[in-house]
Amino acid sequence: MIGLAHFLTVAAMVFAIGLYGLLTKRTVVGILMSIELMLNAVNINLIAFSRFITPDVLTGQVFVIFTIAVAAAEVAIGLAMVFRVYRDRNTVHAARLNEMRW
Amino acid sequence: MNIALLTSEIAVLVLGLLIIIFDVLIPRQETHRSLGYIAACGVLAILVHSMTQYGAAATVYQGLFVVDNLALFFKQLFLAATFLTLLFSVEYVEKWIQNSGEFYALLLFALLGMMVMASANDLITMFIGMELMAIVFYALVGFELRSKKSSEAGMKYLMLGAASSAIMLYGMSWVYGFTGSLVLSQIAVKATASPAMLLGMGLMLAGLCFKLSIVPFHMWAPDVYEGAPTPITAMLAMGSKAAAFAVLIRVFLIAFSDLQEYWATIVSLLAAASMIVGIVVAIWQTNIKRMLAYSSIAQAGYILSGLLAGNVAGVKGMLFYAVLYMFATAGAFAVSTAVKNHNGSDEIEGFSGLAQKSPLLAVVMTISLLSMAGLPPMAGFVGKLYLFTAIADKGYLWLVILGFVMSMISVYYYMLVVKTMYSKARDQQEFVVRGSLQVVAVISLLASLFIGIYPGPLAKLANFAAQALW
Repeated sequence: MIGLAHFLTVAAMVFAIGLYGLLTKRTVVGILMSIELMLNAVNINLIAFSRFITPDVLTGQVFVIFTIAVAAAEVAIGLAMVFRVYRDRNTVHAARLNEMRW
Repeated sequence: MNIALLTSEIAVLVLGLLIIIFDVLIPRQETHRSLGYIAACGVLAILVHSMTQYGAAATVYQGLFVVDNLALFFKQLFLAATFLTLLFSVEYVEKWIQNSGEFYALLLFALLGMMVMASANDLITMFIGMELMAIVFYALVGFELRSKKSSEAGMKYLMLGAASSAIMLYGMSWVYGFTGSLVLSQIAVKATASPAMLLGMGLMLAGLCFKLSIVPFHMWAPDVYEGAPTPITAMLAMGSKAAAFAVLIRVFLIAFSDLQEYWATIVSLLAAASMIVGIVVAIWQTNIKRMLAYSSIAQAGYILSGLLAGNVAGVKGMLFYAVLYMFATAGAFAVSTAVKNHNGSDEIEGFSGLAQKSPLLAVVMTISLLSMAGLPPMAGFVGKLYLFTAIADKGYLWLVILGFVMSMISVYYYMLVVKTMYSKARDQQEFVVRGSLQVVAVISLLASLFIGIYPGPLAKLANFAAQALW
């Protein structure tokens, strides 16, 4: 029988993979994809809690719709910004974003 | 449902949409300066109108959106900050930025996001307001199309900001899972110190500290502040920070108030680290925006310490300090904008001889910086006094002593800028300052001095607003 713990474990694994990607990916697009993974882990968490903890009210599922919409907006801005960076310096490597440092 | 409680938010939204329409109607080759003034007048009108809403204590949308004195106080702070920013940004936008209409409209949408954050009574509303503000700021930070620094700053802000909101959301999902609710007052009823709850609370604190640029979540701030267009840097320091404090106060003093023994130690260490790092690293900066970024990290540490008191006096200190920091920042960035318009650089060296070319701006910069440092009779002194007395009562004497020592050190690097301004001019070019920028400079000067000498009215108002929480 698949229960709450299974969903939470999967979500935690997806979140960890996203976090790992965020720290190790060298291109900006890869980093954006890792962030998407982290947001999707949150969605799994919210839906699982909504189904098992509060089956009568749909608060968690409503929240998921909002996070999906916000994530889409974030990626839209992110990709626009990738275009700008590419036009400025002909690369999307995160390490080349080094104009400013202290 | 009483839609009248939402008038200020609706008015800001309509104003932003109107600016977009006017932008299309004005022919491309003509100046779009008027849009900035229209937006500023609109924001001022909304600010005046919002005065009538004091005393309300009601919720809209089944308790998701609350209108009380605390929310209103923060909304007026955001409106005032946007008003001042719009006024001093007109010349900058004309000179360095294309698409000025969209710039003003986006600024208003960011304002809307902050206002929603101030009224958030549950985690969904809080998240939506925060993302509305953050996504608009990602775009605005990268808005200076001719500058490579600007696109880099925008990209960095977006990557780190999105990651921090994902981390905060993960925390929220655990809080939801443990309490079964997203409304702050219901979370407070069911919150107990279990590992899941503490994990959620810790992750939410980390996400909020990112927005506040509290050490160790501050790494983005210097780069983003340096690369962003100067008026946006000012808005990040004044608005985005205060909005995050509005959320922090509500979440930690309502939802997590029973867990104070668990978060108090961490918050006190975070505040202390911000004061130390912000002030010590600022000493070596040669770029004025970078220097102000580190200084704003330290100021955030000061304001955060007020949370430790966990009572009306502490929140009152935070509100009071947020307002005086808003005025000091507006003054400092208005002068930086004028200098950048004059010689195209953000370096502190570029300020040399400002006292001869424009004595007024030099005085405004001096007063603003000394107010941030906390020297009497400027407003910063009174603000620190309120904050420190509130937390000293709760036994955080070590933090108070650290704060005083650090603010004495900060006088050193603020005085370096002042020294540069009063040194001999390098060039003899005439210094032209637009009237609207001078208005902002004078407002900030008068506010910093008035609040410092006669703090009574603002303190009373902040106290009145803080009482809404209890």
